Amino acid sequence: MIATILKRRETMLALAILALIALVQTRFAGFARPGNLAAIFNDSAVLIILALGQMAVILTRCIDLSVAATLAFTGMVAALVNAAAPGLPIGAVLLIAVGLGTAMGAVNGLLVWRFALPPIVVTLGTMTMYRGAIFLLSGGEWVNSHQMSEAFKALPRSLVLDLPVLSWMAILVIALFVLMIGRTTLGRAFYAVGGNEHAAIYAGISVGGTRFVAFTLNGALAGLCGYLWVSRYAVAYTEVAQGFELDVIAACVIGGISIAGGIGTVGGAVLGALFLGVIKNALPVAGVSPFWQMAISGIAILLAVAFNARSEQRKGRIILKSAEQAHAAPAPATGASA
Amino acid sequence: MLSTHPGIAALRAAPVPHDVRPVLSLRGIAKSFPGVKALQGVDLDLFPGQVTALIGENGAGKSTLVKILTGVNQPDAGTISLEGRPLRFATAQEAARAGVTAIHQETVLFDDLTVAENIFLGHAPRGRFGLIDWGRMRREARAILAHVGAPFDPDTVLRDLGIASKHLVAIARALSIEARVVIMDEPTAALSQKEIEELYDLVERLKAEGKAILFISHKFDEIFRIADRYTVFRDGQMVDAGLIADVSEKRLVEMMVGRTLHSIFPERAPRIGKEVLRVEGYCHPTEFEAIGFTLREGEILGFYGLVGAGRSEFMQALFGATRPSGGRCRIDGQERAIRSPSDAIAAGIVYVPEDRGLQGAVRAMPIFQNMTLPSLHRTSRAGFLRAAEEFALARRYAARLDLRAASLDQPLGLLSGGNQQKVIIGKWLATRPRVIILDEPTKGIDVGSKAAVHEFMAELAAEGLSVIMVSSEIPEILGMSDRVIVMREGRMAGEFAREGLTAETLVRAAAGIGEARE
Repeated sequence: MIATILKRRETMLALAILALIALVQTRFAGFARPGNLAAIFNDSAVLIILALGQMAVILTRCIDLSVAATLAFTGMVAALVNAAAPGLPIGAVLLIAVGLGTAMGAVNGLLVWRFALPPIVVTLGTMTMYRGAIFLLSGGEWVNSHQMSEAFKALPRSLVLDLPVLSWMAILVIALFVLMIGRTTLGRAFYAVGGNEHAAIYAGISVGGTRFVAFTLNGALAGLCGYLWVSRYAVAYTEVAQGFELDVIAACVIGGISIAGGIGTVGGAVLGALFLGVIKNALPVAGVSPFWQMAISGIAILLAVAFNARSEQRKGRIILKSAEQAHAAPAPATGASA
Repeated sequence: MLSTHPGIAALRAAPVPHDVRPVLSLRGIAKSFPGVKALQGVDLDLFPGQVTALIGENGAGKSTLVKILTGVNQPDAGTISLEGRPLRFATAQEAARAGVTAIHQETVLFDDLTVAENIFLGHAPRGRFGLIDWGRMRREARAILAHVGAPFDPDTVLRDLGIASKHLVAIARALSIEARVVIMDEPTAALSQKEIEELYDLVERLKAEGKAILFISHKFDEIFRIADRYTVFRDGQMVDAGLIADVSEKRLVEMMVGRTLHSIFPERAPRIGKEVLRVEGYCHPTEFEAIGFTLREGEILGFYGLVGAGRSEFMQALFGATRPSGGRCRIDGQERAIRSPSDAIAAGIVYVPEDRGLQGAVRAMPIFQNMTLPSLHRTSRAGFLRAAEEFALARRYAARLDLRAASLDQPLGLLSGGNQQKVIIGKWLATRPRVIILDEPTKGIDVGSKAAVHEFMAELAAEGLSVIMVSSEIPEILGMSDRVIVMREGRMAGEFAREGLTAETLVRAAAGIGEARE
C-alpha cells in the first residue's frame, strides 16, 4: 500500500516540493514560515487556476496557447472599463472579464470543433490576434495604478480568514475542479475524448462538443485571471503575462498531465504549478540568477516528461499461457480496491 | 473460381521437390520481453520457390518471429543462417540487405511519395556525385511494375492507389532489392476477392522466380490454395511443420489450438419473436442507397458482401456516427430520429466496430469507467456521477463475462487482450440494447476465440437480443445467420433465408453474377 502511494507521481512531486522548501530553509531560516508559504501559494494562485483550465484542454488532447493573451486582453478591458467608469461595482467588472474570456475561449473551441482545425494552430492564431487587439484597444498606452479605483485594486488583496481573496479564488477553482473532474459526466468525457477519440464517439460522446466546453472553460478562467492579474499588479499594458502560457503548460507537464491526452489529475496540475511557484520564490532568496531559474524549470520539465514516458511505456505482451496465469489475478474481479 | 471447400488440397498436383536446400534457416530461436517469453526453441526453414504457411492463434508468436526475421528485434538465443552461413540481423537495414523483406497487412509505405520513390527508398540508383539518378529510377521502376503486372505509372502518388495496388508496390519494392525471402503477413486481410486472386497469381510468379515465401494467414482455404509447406506455432513454440499435401485442415486446426474442436458453430434453436427494427430507404449520396429491412427479436441477421460493398458505411449511418441523406428507422414500431450515436444508444441500437482496439478501448482509463462509458446517463443524475451505481453496473457485467482483473479500478490497458475484449463487449451489453450490430466480430482472431465469440452471439440471440452481424467470411455467415442480406456496390443485392442457402448463392449475389449462366 505504502509502496503504491510512493509510486504515484503526485506523492513524488509533493516530496520534491517539501525537499526544496527544506533545503532553502537550511540556508535561510524563515523560508518555511507559514506566512511565507502562504505568500508563495498566493503568488502561484494565477498559475494554479490557469494550469487547471489548461489541464481540461490537454486532457481532451488539445492545447491552448492563447490563455496568456486572453488574460492580458480581458485584464486590459477590465482596467479600461474601471478607468472609464470608476463607480461600476467590482462584481460587474469581474463579470465582464469572465464573460469576455468565456467568449474568447469559445472562439477557440468553435474553430477546433466546427472547422476541425488543429488546436495548436488555432490558438497560435488567436494568441497573436488577441495580443494585437490589446494594442488596438489601448493604443499602446498603459493603464496605471492611479487610473484604477481603490476597490478595483483592493479585491485580490483583501483578507478573508487571514488569506487574500486571490488565494481563495485559487482554492475555489481547485474545489470546483475536484468535483467536476472526478464526479461529473463532463469530467469523464474529458478523459474519454483524450484517451481514445474513436471509443468516445462510439460511446455517444460528442468529441468536438467536449473540446469546445474545455476551451470555453479555460477561456472563462483566463478571463478571471485577467482581472486578478491586472488588479494585483495595478497596471495593464500590451505585454502583460507575455509567455506565461508556456509556464502554464510547463506546470501541467510537470504535474503529469499527458500531452497525448486522457491522463492527469487535479492534484498533479496544482502541485506542478506549486513546484514552479516554489522555485520562482526560493531561488531569488538563495541568490540564484533568473537565468538559472529558467534552466532549473527546464530541467524539471524534461525530468517530468522522461518520467511520464517511462510510466506510460507499454508492458511486454503476454503470449505464453503460463505467464498469463502468473500475471492475472487468481479470481474474477469483485469490485474496486479503493 | 472461388472455393471455400477444404477438399481442395486433394486436387493439388504440383509435387514439392524434396532435395532443395533451405535459403533461410532458424534454429532454436528464443526471445523474451520483460516478464514474457514470446518465442522458445523455434526452428523454421524457408525453401526457394516454395510457400511456407505460418499458422497459429493470435499471440502465438508469429509477429515476434517476423520482427526477428526482418531485424526489428534480435533473438536472445538461436541462430539464423542464410544459405548455410550463420549471420545476425542487428538492424532492419541489415536484414533488407541480406534479401529478407516483409509485406505487412497494412503496408508500411509512404503515402505522399510517388510509386517509384517508394520502390527505391533507401537504395535509389545513384548518378554522378552520388546524386539520385531520377531517369534511371523511373525506368527501373517501370520495368519492375510491368513485371508484377501493375497497371499504374511510377510517378503516381501512393495516396491515390487502393490497398491492393499498394501491395503491388510493396512487392515491387521487394523485387527491387532482390529479395530472396519474402514474408507476407496476412496480405489478403483487406483485399476484395478479385484482388486476392491477383495476389495469388503474383505469389505464383514469385515462386517461379525462386523466392522463398513465408505466408502468414488465418484463412485455411488460402493456405491450402497457395502454400507448399506449413509450420504451426502455439504459445511461442513450434508445434509441427511439414508438407501441406500431407495434412488436413482439421489436423492443422487441432495442432493450432491444442485440442479437438467438436463443431465450429454452436447449435441454435432460434426463437424468433416480434419485429424490433424496421429500416426503410436509407440513402447516402456516395456510399449506399435504398437499404431497407426488418429485424426480429432473437434473430441473427447476416450482412454479407465484398470488402467495400458499403456494409460498414451503412451500419455507421444507422448508428448515427455518420449522417444518411434519407431513410427512416423504427424501433418497436416507433419512429426514431437517429442523429448521433447517443441517439442510437438511447433508442437501443449499439454498434461494436470492426477494430475494437482502436475504436473501443480507452486504455488509460480504469476498467469500470470503460464499462460505464456508454451508460453514463444511467449512472449519473443531472451530470453528477454516482460512484456506487457505476461500480454496481461494472461488477455485474464483469461477473457475467467472467472478467479476470485484480481490481476494477486498474487501467484497462493492463489487462490481457482477451480480457480487454470482455470489457468492451460488457460495456455495450450494459447499455441494455435491443439491437447489437457486430462488425466483423471475428476478423483477425484465432479459431479458439472465434468459437467463443460465436457461442456468445448465440447466447445473446437466445436472450432475445436482435443481432446484426457484418461478416466477409462465408462459413461464419452460413453458420450463424438466421437470414442473410447481401450488399453489392452500396445496394442490397439480395435477401436469403438460412434454409438451403449455399456459399455459391452468396458469392454470386455479392459479385453480381447472374444465376442463369452456368
